[in-house]
Amino acid sequence: MSLTHEIKFTLNGSPVSLTIPLTMSVLTMLRDLLNLTGTKYGCGEGECGACTILIDGVSVNACLKFAVDCDGRTLTTVEGLVADSRNDPLRTAFAEKGGVQCGFCTPGMVMQARHILDNYPRANESQIKRGIEGNLCRCTGYKKIIETIASVGELDNKG
Amino acid sequence: MTNFKSYLAPATLDEAVDQLNQGNVTVLAGGSDLMLRVGAGNYDPSHTLMNILKISELRNITFTESEVQIGALTTITEIMEDPELTIKMPLLGQAADQFASMQIRNVGTIGGNICNASPAGDMLVPLLLLDAAVELARQSDDGVASRRVAIKDFFMGPGKTQRQSNELLTRVSIPISNKGFRARFYKFGTRPALDISTVSIGIGGIFNNGYLQAPRVAFGAVAPVPFMALKTMKAIEQSPLDSERIKEIAEIARDEIKPIDDVRATAWYRKQLVHNLTIKVLSDVTDA
Repeated sequence: MSLTHEIKFTLNGSPVSLTIPLTMSVLTMLRDLLNLTGTKYGCGEGECGACTILIDGVSVNACLKFAVDCDGRTLTTVEGLVADSRNDPLRTAFAEKGGVQCGFCTPGMVMQARHILDNYPRANESQIKRGIEGNLCRCTGYKKIIETIASVGELDNKG
Repeated sequence: MTNFKSYLAPATLDEAVDQLNQGNVTVLAGGSDLMLRVGAGNYDPSHTLMNILKISELRNITFTESEVQIGALTTITEIMEDPELTIKMPLLGQAADQFASMQIRNVGTIGGNICNASPAGDMLVPLLLLDAAVELARQSDDGVASRRVAIKDFFMGPGKTQRQSNELLTRVSIPISNKGFRARFYKFGTRPALDISTVSIGIGGIFNNGYLQAPRVAFGAVAPVPFMALKTMKAIEQSPLDSERIKEIAEIARDEIKPIDDVRATAWYRKQLVHNLTIKVLSDVTDA
C-alpha cells in the first residue's frame, strides 16, 4: 500500500525531491507544498489558464496535470521565468503596455506568452489571439495583452 | 484523503500490458480528463495508477504506402503541426485546430481522446469519417499480441468502448484517402475555444460530375456515441447534388439522429443544427 510517491524534478533551475499523494495536481503541489503561489488557482478544470506553467518547455494547465508525472521533468513557473533576465522584455512589456489590470490572470498570461513566442517568434495578432484562447482575463478585454505580447515578438523588433 | 492503491510508470509496452493483465489498473496519459474525474471523486481507489507517458514507442506518426499510423501518446498539438499529416489528412488538423485550448492540446493525446469515448470527443468524428481503426495490445504467451478494431465499432456508449481491461490502445491507423477525396469538419459550440461540442459534423467523399461518390458522414454529440450516418450517406450517393437535393438530405440527416436535451442544448435545437450544418458542410464539400 503506497499512497504517496517520491518524485525528483527540476523546478525553476533547481533540483527538487518531494513525496506527494498520487492524486495530487501539479498546481496543488506548487502552491501548497512548495509555497510557489505565483501560479494561480482559477477554475481548477483547465478553462481559465491562470495556472499555466511550462513543463519541458511546453505550456500546460497545472491544475490538470498529475504531480507524479513530473518525475524527471523540468518545470518553469512564473517565479522562475521572471528570475531569468532573458524574460525581462516580456516582464517589462506587461507592465509598460498595461497588459496587467487586477493581475490574477497575469502569471498564466505571461507563461502562455512565453510559449507562444518560443513557438512563433514572429507571432501576429491572430496567432496571439489563438494562443491565449485558453487564458481568461475578466478585466482588460485582451487588447492590451495582445499588444503586449506582439511588442515582444520579432515582428515588432524588426518594424 | 482517498487515493490510488499504487503507482507505476512502465518504460515499455511489455511492462504495461503485463501490469494490465494483473487487473485493476487506471491508465494515465495526458491526464486532462482523468484529473477532473479524480477531482470529482469518480475513480477507483483499489486501482493502480499506471502512467504510460514514458513509453516512447507510443508517441510517433509514421506513414506506410496505404496508411498513417499515429501512436496513442501523440498529442493533439503534434497532430496539428505534423507537416506530412497536414498535407495527407487535412481533416485531422482542422479538427485538432478546434480542440480545447493550446495548453490542453499540448498534453491531450489522441489515444486518450479515443478511450474516453465522449459522445462529443473532438477527434472522433474525423476518425470515423476517415475509416480509422485502433490497435489494442495485450499480453500473450509469446509477448505482446494485438488486434484491430474499426473505430466505427469501437464505441459502446458514453465512456464505454470495446477495449478490454487487459488491453492498451497503442495506435490508430488511418487509410490514406483515395485521390480526389475531400472532407470538411465543423464543430458547433457557443465559443470557439474550450467548448464541448453542441454538435459536430464531418462530411467527405469524392465529388465527381455532380455526385459525391463513396460519401462519408459522421456526427458527434447527437447520440450516446459518435456515429456514421448511414441513411444520410445512402441518400447522398443516390442522386446528383444540387441545392434542392442538399436540402432534402439535410432533412434526412435531421431525422436520422436521436439527440438528448442537456445543459448545452435541447434535442430540438440539435436537430435543427444538424439540419442547417448538413446544408453548410455538404455545400462546402461539393463546392468545386
